[in-house]
Amino acid sequence: MLWASGHGAGGGACLGLATRGFGLGARTSRKTGAVGVRVYAVVAAGGFRRYATYRVATAAGVFTNTVFGFIVAYTFTALWDERPQLGGYDLSQAVTYVWIGQALLMTTAMMGGGFENELMERIRTGDIAIDLYRPADLQLFWLASDLGRAAFHLLGRGVVPMALGALAFDLALPADPLVWVAFLCAVALGVVVSFAIRFLVALSAFWLLDGAGVAQITWLVGLFFSGMVLPLTLFPGGLGALAQVLPWSALLQIPADVLLGKHTGWGLVQAYGFQLGWAAVLLTAGRLLQSVATRRVVVQGG
Amino acid sequence: MAEVEAGTEAEATQATAAAGTGEAGTGGVGEKLGAVGQLRAGIRAYRMIAAMWIRSTMAYRASFAMAAFGNFAATGLDFVGILLMFSHVDALGGYTLPEVAFLYGTAGAAFGLADLVMGSMDRLGRRVRDGTLDTLLVRPVPVLAQIAADRFALRRLGRVTQGLLVLGYALVVLDIAWTPLKVLLVPVMILSGAVIFASVFVAGAAFQFWAQDASEVQNSFTYGGTTMLQYPPTVFAKDLVRGVTFVLPLAFVNWIPALYVLDLPYPLDLPSWFAFLPPVVAGVCCVPAGAAWRVGLRSYRSTGS
Amino acid sequence: MESDFIALDGVEKVFDVRRRTGRLRREKTRVRAVDGISFTVPRGEMVGYIGPNGAGKSTTIKMLTGILTPSGGRVRVAGIDPARERTRLARHIGVVFGQRTTLWWDLPLRDSYRLMHRMYRIPDDRFKANMARCVEQLDLGELLDVPVRQLSLGQRMRGDIAAALLHDPEVLYLDEPTIGLDVISKAKVRDFLRDLNAERGTTVLLTTHDLTDIEQLCKRVMVIDHGRLVYDGALAGLHEVGESERTLVVDLERELPPVEVAGARVLKVEGPRQWLAFPASVSAAPLVAAVAQRYPLVDLSVREPDIEAVIAKMYADRSAL
Repeated sequence: MLWASGHGAGGGACLGLATRGFGLGARTSRKTGAVGVRVYAVVAAGGFRRYATYRVATAAGVFTNTVFGFIVAYTFTALWDERPQLGGYDLSQAVTYVWIGQALLMTTAMMGGGFENELMERIRTGDIAIDLYRPADLQLFWLASDLGRAAFHLLGRGVVPMALGALAFDLALPADPLVWVAFLCAVALGVVVSFAIRFLVALSAFWLLDGAGVAQITWLVGLFFSGMVLPLTLFPGGLGALAQVLPWSALLQIPADVLLGKHTGWGLVQAYGFQLGWAAVLLTAGRLLQSVATRRVVVQGG
Repeated sequence: MAEVEAGTEAEATQATAAAGTGEAGTGGVGEKLGAVGQLRAGIRAYRMIAAMWIRSTMAYRASFAMAAFGNFAATGLDFVGILLMFSHVDALGGYTLPEVAFLYGTAGAAFGLADLVMGSMDRLGRRVRDGTLDTLLVRPVPVLAQIAADRFALRRLGRVTQGLLVLGYALVVLDIAWTPLKVLLVPVMILSGAVIFASVFVAGAAFQFWAQDASEVQNSFTYGGTTMLQYPPTVFAKDLVRGVTFVLPLAFVNWIPALYVLDLPYPLDLPSWFAFLPPVVAGVCCVPAGAAWRVGLRSYRSTGS
Repeated sequence: MESDFIALDGVEKVFDVRRRTGRLRREKTRVRAVDGISFTVPRGEMVGYIGPNGAGKSTTIKMLTGILTPSGGRVRVAGIDPARERTRLARHIGVVFGQRTTLWWDLPLRDSYRLMHRMYRIPDDRFKANMARCVEQLDLGELLDVPVRQLSLGQRMRGDIAAALLHDPEVLYLDEPTIGLDVISKAKVRDFLRDLNAERGTTVLLTTHDLTDIEQLCKRVMVIDHGRLVYDGALAGLHEVGESERTLVVDLERELPPVEVAGARVLKVEGPRQWLAFPASVSAAPLVAAVAQRYPLVDLSVREPDIEAVIAKMYADRSAL
């Protein structure tokens, strides 16, 4: 039940930015003929601001992340007391892993709750037809918006629980700022992988009447295989091997290992390569699916 | 539901007769309800609304079955986490897997029941924000019942079922020295625990009258509380255990009575009769929760937001 | 008793509004949303309650339904204090919120009615009769099995009106009942309300932006502004208060110079058609006679004043003081 901590705010955040953002894209393109990078920057900033308006929800979420951080940190402490060096972590690294998990839960949207509900709703209502005719690229638009959201969640939902965790527990946080930079890069790549997965999930609504079931299964699987329930290094045998190569490990396990200094030098490059590889594969798949879906919409005449 | 209505039929006819003939000012004395009457009216309304939602979800049986299974599987996931933990250790905080399963099952079933009955309460904030709470206030039944029963979803039985299955596993595997009292204590603790969690749901909803976006705070105590109660109390810091024993008495949901059943010591030095307090604690919890709800509703009605 | 079926006496509602003035600073301001309103409505009357946005209309309605507790003054509806006995009052009143449905969003319309049936403990025969009447007059037959969220605005409004009437309320509050409705639906709703008032003697209090609603339904109109009642009387009187003018449109045989008659001035000339303004309080008959006598008249029509403009003028006059 480690995932309950993201319940309300993410999914509850209201709709509305999307259309404004698209309007902006359309307007700019009329002048320049193509949608520039700046437009996506504006969309990303909009994604950030949109979540930033919910101050009370953010405070409530921080509280919840902190409570869960405490509970899980204690259970991990009991586990590592019994088996020091379990999964290759010492006690303080294991507890740090817990707080990284709480900090990234919303950022890499391990339990979903970002843009995909809104996109599914637009597909269900048919509004998507309007979006597809707009000059801003559907996938890039939502990616920009989701990156903005993730940036807010990292700052708004991640920093404070992590700081409180560091006050209450002995965390193995690196002193080297370069490790932090490497961590942030891994988080950013994790967000892109997470986005790519959720984009595919959202597009499934073109074929399924109700995407909610798929969404539920995805976040279920995502939580488990991202390492939120337990670090993937603790998964036994074949399950562990499988979990390590699935894309969800890019969401928490890899960023956490980067911060804990498990990936350095060539190992860090490999970790990034793994994340980039999945991002490329999944984004391409999303693009293909999008073009199939577009043809479908066009054939149906919107 | 027919039997509930029979007793109040006279009142109903009186009300409508008054409405029809225009004697509203003098009629309807029988409608002034006391606390018990209010509770009855609330339960009646709850059953009506919940029944309506069940009927409408049952129209799509396949979809319901999937959702119920999803709920079941989702809640099963954290037990898989516990199983994975126990694949590395024989005991956690001095507790074996079946003992932890006993805690997990009782906490899960109690919370599952509360979630089934009261799980919609966290939508109150949204209702305040979009103004739809007003539409509930002009109906002749208690608002609390209307909110709690809104979108009543039988699929939440998935969580109860999952908790009971784990509990069943624990009961089969554990070698408990059963006494009649212990046998009685198991269902009593689940029901009392459900009432304690329900109080938290109500208090959390009342808080949303002031902070409409704060539904997550109640998740800390409900979902967070269950997660905590699924693990042995020995795992947590003493102060935390004291907090959930004396301040927010979640420990009475399962820890204290369950450890009596299991013959295990509680980290705090409590007299053994504390194990039988859950029904009392549950009753006591309803008082501040109900008061918070009334204060919240009154505040809403005086500020309109 | 009957003449003060709805009675407000010096009713006030004061809100404390917190406004963010800086990054951290907040300012508390006191807003008198309703500032000492008194009126009575006899049983069976149909009253229009109008005013600009934020004037205190819906706050008044909320106090009349018991949703809000007044800060001061006395409210009685059917002899009941709404704030103190909200659930008891609920059986006597029906409420239609224009923008917010009281129906269950995800359930078929029929299910909502079934719930009302039980929730209000409506006797079976009354429920059946009321349903039949509403379904017929509001044209709901084909909508009963459609989930509410799939209904159009007009369909939902009709559904909401029916839901508010199944328990035979003595008072019906309508907040913008024709907003967003097409012309035919509007007419249907108005006919229904007129019949309801005439046949069943239901007291109706109506807030609206569409002044045709008021013209067609209400003999009496109350205007609220800045929380105060600024007018209470016949619709005709409102024209006088606003010193408004009606327009006589005359079609002459040919193009002529502007018509010259006493008591009217020409607003516009367009070919053989001319627009003449005259005080709304004066009968049109002498003017028509005068024009017909001196000019070759082909056709004519009288246009009622735009009441919205009248009210706007009233506000303008008031704020000028």
